[in-house]
Amino acid sequence: MAIIETEKLTYTYPGAEKTSIENISIKIEEGEFVLLTGPSGCGKTTLCRCFNGLIPHFYEGKLEGKIQVVGLDVVKHPIHELAKHVGLVFQNPENQLFALSVEKDVAFGLENLGIPRKEIRQRVDWALKTTDIYHLRERPPYELSGGQQQRVAIASVLAMQPEVMVLDEPTSFLDPLGAKRIFEDIHKLNKELGITIILVEHRLDLTAKYANRIIIMDNGKVILNGKPREILDSEKARLIGIGIPKVTRLYQFLNGKGMRLNYVPLSSEEMAKKLKEVFKQ
Amino acid sequence: MSMFEGLKFRKVSSPIHDLDPRVKFFYVIAMFAVAVMYMELLPLIVLFLIQVPLVTMAKVTKQWIKSMRGAAFFASIIFFTNFIFSYLYQGQQALPSILEYSMAMTLRFIVLVESFSIFFLTTSPDHLGLALEKSHVPYEFCFAFTTAVRFVPVLAEEAQTIMDAQKARGLELEKGNILKRVRNYIPILIPLIVNAIRRSLELAEAMESRAWGATKNRTNLYELKLRRGDYILALLTVVMLVLAVYARWHIPIPRIMEIFPWKASR
Amino acid sequence: MIEVKNVHFTYPSGVEALQGVSLKIRNGEFVAIMGQNGAGKTTLVKHFNGLLKPSKGNVLVDGMDTRDVSVATLARKVGFVFQNPDHQLFSETVEEEIAFALRNFGFKENVIKRRVTWALNLLGLTQYRKTSPFMLSGGERKRVALASVLAWNPKILILDEPTIGQDYGQKEKLRQFILQMKAQKKTVVIVTHDVEFVAECNPRVVLMSNGKIVADGEARKILTSPEILEKAAIIPPEISRVFLELSEFGFPTNVIDVYEAGEIILDFWEAKNREHV
Repeated sequence: MAIIETEKLTYTYPGAEKTSIENISIKIEEGEFVLLTGPSGCGKTTLCRCFNGLIPHFYEGKLEGKIQVVGLDVVKHPIHELAKHVGLVFQNPENQLFALSVEKDVAFGLENLGIPRKEIRQRVDWALKTTDIYHLRERPPYELSGGQQQRVAIASVLAMQPEVMVLDEPTSFLDPLGAKRIFEDIHKLNKELGITIILVEHRLDLTAKYANRIIIMDNGKVILNGKPREILDSEKARLIGIGIPKVTRLYQFLNGKGMRLNYVPLSSEEMAKKLKEVFKQ
Repeated sequence: MSMFEGLKFRKVSSPIHDLDPRVKFFYVIAMFAVAVMYMELLPLIVLFLIQVPLVTMAKVTKQWIKSMRGAAFFASIIFFTNFIFSYLYQGQQALPSILEYSMAMTLRFIVLVESFSIFFLTTSPDHLGLALEKSHVPYEFCFAFTTAVRFVPVLAEEAQTIMDAQKARGLELEKGNILKRVRNYIPILIPLIVNAIRRSLELAEAMESRAWGATKNRTNLYELKLRRGDYILALLTVVMLVLAVYARWHIPIPRIMEIFPWKASR
Repeated sequence: MIEVKNVHFTYPSGVEALQGVSLKIRNGEFVAIMGQNGAGKTTLVKHFNGLLKPSKGNVLVDGMDTRDVSVATLARKVGFVFQNPDHQLFSETVEEEIAFALRNFGFKENVIKRRVTWALNLLGLTQYRKTSPFMLSGGERKRVALASVLAWNPKILILDEPTIGQDYGQKEKLRQFILQMKAQKKTVVIVTHDVEFVAECNPRVVLMSNGKIVADGEARKILTSPEILEKAAIIPPEISRVFLELSEFGFPTNVIDVYEAGEIILDFWEAKNREHV
């Protein structure tokens, strides 16, 4: 069974005239790495809020259609119950860390669930080590760099041992190296722990290579949903105006001039490797 | 700002940091009571000095000096107002005793700042929140407290950025009459408030996403347990209180100028 | 012209954000100041309009020492658009927001009206003239903030992290806008760590690390030198990374543009095919 399944999901914020998402029907399988992208205001964030029940429990508004996550009907289960299965990481690290020490922040969710202290300690230490910030455990989060803060946010979600992790533009405020590290961490969580990842991101050049699926939204609707190489090479993706990686554009340019590589590269490493093969023949 | 700087918590491991915040708080209150009991310089000097070892034991000397420096401004105000008013009231004859009295009042303030800064410099706000919880303060309040402490520096920085952004658009805060000056702050206050609201919404979302309110029986990563050091501090504090009360009523306290009668030789 | 002469700056907290920076930005130049967060980029540009004054050294804007003049005076020449528009929007309508600075600078009402209309038009905001800025989307709010600075037509324009949180289309619009400013001989300084955006704009790049300038030159030169970029914790742009890998075939290593890259690869490929035949 799919780990996330929506059927004709439509939602309107309270007081809004227009729907924010419309007729979303998607299925995400366990262990997938899904990249969710599209122009600003296309409804990506709204969809993320449905995955852990912020919609309809925190934001009221009007929700129609069906949504099931880890076999639970989102409408019928409170956020704190869904939180055990779906972790959300937000864009601004500053506004999702509350405590005055890193470890206390990572423990926050577990404390809320009333987990015994000994187990909290174990899970906190595990999450800190997995995200490679164990050495920062006693530091106040606001003294850390943006990248470190975002890793704290990821650790604090990870400590709850969710099956699904949803990350909404987690690297917007980070510098390139900080962003790269975060993406590598997310990739690791997916590969090694088998956590299903939904990553909302504009920077496809840094992330497309990790994904096994890309979903593109525009105007509240899902426009494209499929394998990264096919999606990024499609005419439709170009027209919506998402940031197609430059190596993919280079591939398209060469293709158009008759140099057929027969392989859509998603990263510079892939492109360089392919070209080397061709030149060495 | 610098006085707040001294109040900022920094995690160091020391015997003082490991003490239970409740016991430390008891100590601060006792210190406060004793300092208020005395108006003479001598016992206040004693109070000031006996706390210094605590500072060194806690390895926070540098920050402590910083916060004392921050307090210097208020201390000098206290000194001069006391001095000037007593002088106007009592005249020149009493100059040495006025001087001693003003110094005592100033030192009383310094002793208070000293004990409070020892408390804040060695108590993580997380532990403080926990102590509040253990004292049966509802969790929501404790959480609000630690979150407030966490966001004070963030909001201060944000206010500075907003001020810069408006100055860059030609806003001059010190221009015009009083009414105009007050109005000059509108372009700063509105973004500050709007952002604070937006921020609190995002915080609420993040809290909800991490199972806020899942159970009434919330647990805590940290544990407060009274240890040997706590009993020692509590005992010392009680002894100090008893001695101070006893001394207050039964021992006449000499003034410094009586011990060193530098003025009397004339 | 902006001249920065051996500037040091230390924040009250004791952080030495600038440690001897010297830089000259000539009129009409387009400069990208790059480096990782905390390298001192924003601190440096805040010296350009006098928001910060050097602890040591001097900053001269058109010959005026920033220490001798008020921020308001410098702001007439140097427009500064902050990273987050929400740090400045406060008015009831977009129109009022744009007029705010003009009023501060004491423009006459009829001039204000003309300038506001001009700025609204330039950034495609005319339809929102009477709308509250708080009702607009993030990208639109960013444009209002930009319009509110452009309105007084400053000679020098500073944009702090203009691409943060922006999608592809918004970035493309921004790039077009900057090119337009450049065509009008304005000096444009952007502070950014968006390598791909800089690679597309091809400005002069000033690279900072730990409060110092570590490199200064053409984008295609700086962004293709991994050793230099490493110091500033920046990764070369995608195309450059491909070409660095292909240097064994004798490819130039200073390519950052997709089409230039495409032509070079094609030439090489065709030449190779001809050999075979």
